[in-house]
Amino acid sequence: MPDPDDSALDDSGCGILHVDMDAFYASVELRDRPELAGRPVVVGGMGSRGVVLSATYEARAFGVHSAMPVGQARRLCPRAVFIPPRHALYAQVSREVMAIFRAVTPEVEPLALDEAFLDVSGAVRRLGTPARIGQMIRAQVHEQQGITCSVGVASCKFVAKIASARCKPDGLLVVPAAGVLDFLHPLPADVLWGVGERAGQLLARLGLRTVGDIAHTPLATLRHEFGAAVGGHLWALAWGRDERRVVPRREEKSVGAEETFPADVSDPELIRRELLRLSGRTAHALRSAGCVGRTVVVKLRLASFKTITRSRTLAEPTDVAREIYGTACLLYEGAGLDSGARLRLVGVRVSGLRPAAGASLQPALDDRPSGWREAERAVDEITRRFGTGAVRPAALVGEPGGVPAPEGPPPPSKTHGEARILGNEPRM
Amino acid sequence: MKLQVERDPLAEAVAWTARALPARPTAPVLAGMRLQADQELMLSTFDYEVSAQATIPVAADEPGTVVVSGRLLAEIVRSLPAKPVDLATDGTRTTLRCGSATFTLMLLPGDEYPTLPDMPPTTGSVGADAFASAIGQVAIAAGRDDTLPALTGIRMEIADDTLTLVATDRYRLAVRELRWTPVQAGLNMAVLVPARVLGDTARALTTGAEVAVALATEGESAGDGIIGFEGGGRRTTTRLLSGEYPRYQTLLPSEFSAVAELPAAAFAEAVKRVALVAERNTPVRLAFAPGEAVLEAGTGDEAQATEAIEASFDGDEMQIAFNPQYLIDGIGAIDSDTARISFTTPTRPAVITGKGEGQPDYRYVLMPIRSAG
Repeated sequence: MPDPDDSALDDSGCGILHVDMDAFYASVELRDRPELAGRPVVVGGMGSRGVVLSATYEARAFGVHSAMPVGQARRLCPRAVFIPPRHALYAQVSREVMAIFRAVTPEVEPLALDEAFLDVSGAVRRLGTPARIGQMIRAQVHEQQGITCSVGVASCKFVAKIASARCKPDGLLVVPAAGVLDFLHPLPADVLWGVGERAGQLLARLGLRTVGDIAHTPLATLRHEFGAAVGGHLWALAWGRDERRVVPRREEKSVGAEETFPADVSDPELIRRELLRLSGRTAHALRSAGCVGRTVVVKLRLASFKTITRSRTLAEPTDVAREIYGTACLLYEGAGLDSGARLRLVGVRVSGLRPAAGASLQPALDDRPSGWREAERAVDEITRRFGTGAVRPAALVGEPGGVPAPEGPPPPSKTHGEARILGNEPRM
Repeated sequence: MKLQVERDPLAEAVAWTARALPARPTAPVLAGMRLQADQELMLSTFDYEVSAQATIPVAADEPGTVVVSGRLLAEIVRSLPAKPVDLATDGTRTTLRCGSATFTLMLLPGDEYPTLPDMPPTTGSVGADAFASAIGQVAIAAGRDDTLPALTGIRMEIADDTLTLVATDRYRLAVRELRWTPVQAGLNMAVLVPARVLGDTARALTTGAEVAVALATEGESAGDGIIGFEGGGRRTTTRLLSGEYPRYQTLLPSEFSAVAELPAAAFAEAVKRVALVAERNTPVRLAFAPGEAVLEAGTGDEAQATEAIEASFDGDEMQIAFNPQYLIDGIGAIDSDTARISFTTPTRPAVITGKGEGQPDYRYVLMPIRSAG
């Protein structure tokens, strides 16, 4: 591991960090199964069409890499331990890792679950040099999450990204602002962003093997061969020029639940029932978090894996399962699915969150003063005392165990003789 | 076609007819305005939902019918100098001359222009100004959410010589009753008219003294019905909305625990002022006590505002919160210098009316905002 305090590393002006988890999924799995440490471990889909999602460096030594069919990985490395992925867990770890980054600087741009750019130039006074900050992040990630990451430190995004890739695993590499060209030019041309397979072939045909070769090709030639935009972009990168800023993305504030059916489902009644259950879980999560949200999002994944997302913003924020469910049903019915379309997964999510305390609510004229919100809060209380599933919607009564217990609303009671304005009564 | 017409009546008639031009015509010819010249000049637009027709009493030198771009004609006529306008058709073009300006407009295929729906037989008539102000009073409460189409309409209920207009977006409800003159006594019916069209119509039909209302619903399903309005040489028809309308009568509170009366203009001004610090979806809070109403908005974390105004108040002290815009809409809609607000409880609808004896002819029912703590 390079010494961050090495005075030879001049990290002044290197405000950009690229932090990349090492073999993220596999590392998270190893955390729970320490006995596998040092063995080749592959996380990947177990089905016949499964692909490798993550592999430890021990497995990579056998030529296993991400996106490779699992079958091929098994042939390359029969001794490897194959583990099915636990996406929810990785997302959770990712959130915690991103939280570590955000404690350093708000300027965090996540690229994926396992990597992010950070602009730490504003944190230098508070926390020390960029290299020191990088080292601190590495230490915190390791201490708090038990996994390792690698950090590239540079003056711009793409150099930082190349740097992190070249110090993996468990490393940190500073590319001094004055040393960018010395660092870049010997590297193979395909490290540059935007060099896809076709551009790569073209580069090879032109005899441009290194970044330095590209840098020393006349700009006009590159433009002619690659087109004005790509050619100019390649040339700028080859000279270490990358003006893209770190664009912080706030953590998406939303709450939701989704369910993959054991077997694909086409019966609209079953799908609605699942939406009811998921709406209940979502509303319960909202209430537990003390939040209300305005936008309801429904996710429908077809058997073909085609995924449809539909969202609708309500007039008023809600934490009420009935309202979420009603909107979810409208979104599902309006999604334009063929009749008989088979669904593999459905999800319900509420975004646009804000604290419920202080949030005001415009009830409709025909809302009863003691409505679903109160009923659902009562169910929360019963659930707290008697366990999940003690009270559940009638449509979900008699469901087999093992499914996530619904914390949804109680059975709807028909109210006759009371005015109900159209549209707020979801179909059961 | 060949005729001469004064600029002002032409400009008014073209502008009025152009209102019904579709923003996104489903067929090119629907972007056109049809001009039919004979003993009088008749201008028409139609998009299969709404039709508009204006007539100018001017005889043509040569009768004829043409269809030209409605948008363009409206823009041209609006900009003309105050001089007589000559219209003449020659082959595939119409020439419009006014003073020293000459415009040449291409003709749209007139034979493709749809036939306007016939005006149904007149059902009754109502004073144009009274009708316009009544519609203005209820249209503010109509829904704008197309997923609840019935609520985007104004319900017109006819019970003999009483016409009741109703609109609600679920958060407020406006009801206005007015007298009208039915052609036939004892008529009882209710229809749902798109609020946007009715609002436009009301503003535009005030040139005549009376508006004739014409309904066609019999023998057809409600969705196929049309309603027509005619007055002052102009007429418009629109398709009726279908769908079930809420039973709004049950939403009208009948008993009250407290009543406040405030000067309407000062009240509206005060609400507007304190609402400046009310963030989106946050209420203005009102505390009523004898002699005074205190308005408040905002939170301790952000900006806050408070203002006290004089009010007569009868009942137990009342603290209640409203969406400021809804409240301002209601105060602005009453036809009175004094706003009367009747309360039941802070979580039940309040009713805003003008001051007066007996049953008010206009009621604006507003659901208070609750804190979701």
